Amino acid sequence: MSEMKKAMKKSGNIGQLMIPLIAFGLLIVFNLIRDPSFFSIETKLNNTGNTVLAGNLISIINGASELAVLAIGMTLVTAACGGQDISVGAAAAIAGSVFVKIVRGAADVNGLTVILAFLACCVVAMIFGSFNGMLVSVFRIQPMIATLILYTCGRSIAYWINGGATPTISSPITSAIGSFIPGVPIPTPVIIVAVMVILFNLLFRFTTLRLYTQAVGINQSAARLNGINTTMIKLLSFILLGVCVSVAGCIGVCRLQLINHETLLLDIEMDTILAVAIGGNNLGGGKFRISGSILGAYVIQMLTTTLYAMKVSSTDVKAYKAIVIILLVVIGSPVVKRWFTKKMGNLRGAGLRRAGAKEGV
Amino acid sequence: MKKLFALVLALALCLSLVSFSHADDLIKVGVVNNPPSESGYRAANVKDFESVFTAENGYELNTFYSIKNDEQLQAASGFITDGVDVLMISAAETTGWDEVLTAAKEAGIKVYLFDRMIDVPEDLYEAAVVSDMAKEGETAVNWLLAQNLPEYKVIHIQGAMGSDAQIGRTGALDAQFEAGTMVKVAQQTATWDEAEAKNIVEAVINSGEAFNVIYAENDGMAKGAVAALDEHGITHGVNGDVIVMGFDCNKWALKELKAGNWNYDGQCSPFQAQIISDLIKGVKTSDVKKIINEEKGFDAATITDDDIATYGLGED
Repeated sequence: MSEMKKAMKKSGNIGQLMIPLIAFGLLIVFNLIRDPSFFSIETKLNNTGNTVLAGNLISIINGASELAVLAIGMTLVTAACGGQDISVGAAAAIAGSVFVKIVRGAADVNGLTVILAFLACCVVAMIFGSFNGMLVSVFRIQPMIATLILYTCGRSIAYWINGGATPTISSPITSAIGSFIPGVPIPTPVIIVAVMVILFNLLFRFTTLRLYTQAVGINQSAARLNGINTTMIKLLSFILLGVCVSVAGCIGVCRLQLINHETLLLDIEMDTILAVAIGGNNLGGGKFRISGSILGAYVIQMLTTTLYAMKVSSTDVKAYKAIVIILLVVIGSPVVKRWFTKKMGNLRGAGLRRAGAKEGV
Repeated sequence: MKKLFALVLALALCLSLVSFSHADDLIKVGVVNNPPSESGYRAANVKDFESVFTAENGYELNTFYSIKNDEQLQAASGFITDGVDVLMISAAETTGWDEVLTAAKEAGIKVYLFDRMIDVPEDLYEAAVVSDMAKEGETAVNWLLAQNLPEYKVIHIQGAMGSDAQIGRTGALDAQFEAGTMVKVAQQTATWDEAEAKNIVEAVINSGEAFNVIYAENDGMAKGAVAALDEHGITHGVNGDVIVMGFDCNKWALKELKAGNWNYDGQCSPFQAQIISDLIKGVKTSDVKKIINEEKGFDAATITDDDIATYGLGED
């Protein structure tokens, strides 16, 4: 009996990652059939004279960077508050504007200015994050309603910071952050995602944050009665999301060396929430897996890249994406999952009975 | 003491009245426009009106900015009640203006439209100063044809589908695709999103298809496209493998042109204020109601620093 429980628990753990993994597998098989050279990676000499990796696979993991970073923070907020932050795109526009403002203001752009600019935009994003977090944790406003405020006005605030429509920056350092560091063939945004994943893993390993967040998400009153400061945990999740927002905003700005407050990471909030959902995380809060969300982000980007490679018109891409995502979410829904486990259980049960019968004989 | 205070107040009131009556020799104008935060174009447009309709030039300027048509309508009615001499409008929507403009006509207020047309009978306004987006596209495509490339393999990055700028700038190029003089390698909308433009170009590069022209319907998208070229080691601009074309003439974009990184940038002029001012003062007259604002196209080979200073929008 205990063996079986363990086995079920194990399958349950993999179960969460099942949907993104299956989606990944299907997309890979589909692309290999469609065009075997889809995943080929080659090295090229780019215009700044670096040898770099190129190909669809690189485009996918590179292009998904902002989404992956945001998905990390969104997973935490989802787990702790049982709701989502829909203002991440607007907040990233604010963070990016602060970054651009400081870089443009500096007489000479060096490593220190870029670090200072990043820290400043981090602080600003954390302040806006804690504003959202306060509304949710202290005033108990539903996350979607609370963050609707910043969603609506965020991009106007971003405009006020720089006052112009598309201010540009130009410096070898920012362009290295957005594309390639000289001598490194991997796109810098990919490295940044890896660093963020490592940092969050360390955070979970050396603090009780993961446990407390899950506890608050599963049963808030029980968590409080056990001495967890639930308000603090919720607030913290929004502040950590703020850090992710500033990182994503900076990547977005550095990629293009310009900020357009209207289009920077436009509609990314929806993709981020989707990444969390595809990653098998319960959107109602509780247990979570960062790895699932990140896989989800790559699935979404792979889908987009595949559709572009198939020359689907970009106006139709959203519709096709929606169809695939509906399928994924339905397959991952508790109802279908329960049905599936029941069927599997029946099969297993039948197998056991047969085995038992044999032994009896 | 109280009486003295009242006296002072009354005096102050009289003085202020006198100073107000001074303003009467100025031409009182009301400008209804979209807010400067809408785009770089709009920011330059708003600045243009604020710099032309000044007290030095003999105007008293009242402004109202909103992207909402009903708010704009209300503001226009407000200006009419205030008794402005001239009303200038760049409407958020083309419909709903009949009533307000009729009221303005009855009050003897001259109405000028700028940047955008409104669906009203022509007798309701003095003149409309607008851009011809289709002509912008033609100018650009004619420039491209004049380059005499052995072949034209074009990546066409469109703006938000259905917008005036997209329809106008797409038309001329579509005609070439149909005529077979140019080959359409890709035609995708990036809805003015720079990052999306980069994705579109990256997808074409990864597919291995050859191309030698990027026709982006605004500067931002051209910049996104160029970022993709740079990452994949494809040369562009003057003496490069790929010709890069943009629109809007942002200052930074014209600098890219000057540096030879891009080849062409088409103007979409936000400078209508001087034309309207000339019309009001009778310096200029027009036989037609619809005045097309003259727009240029800049070539990397011939652009000068003066051009950048004169025609460049926004900051650098």
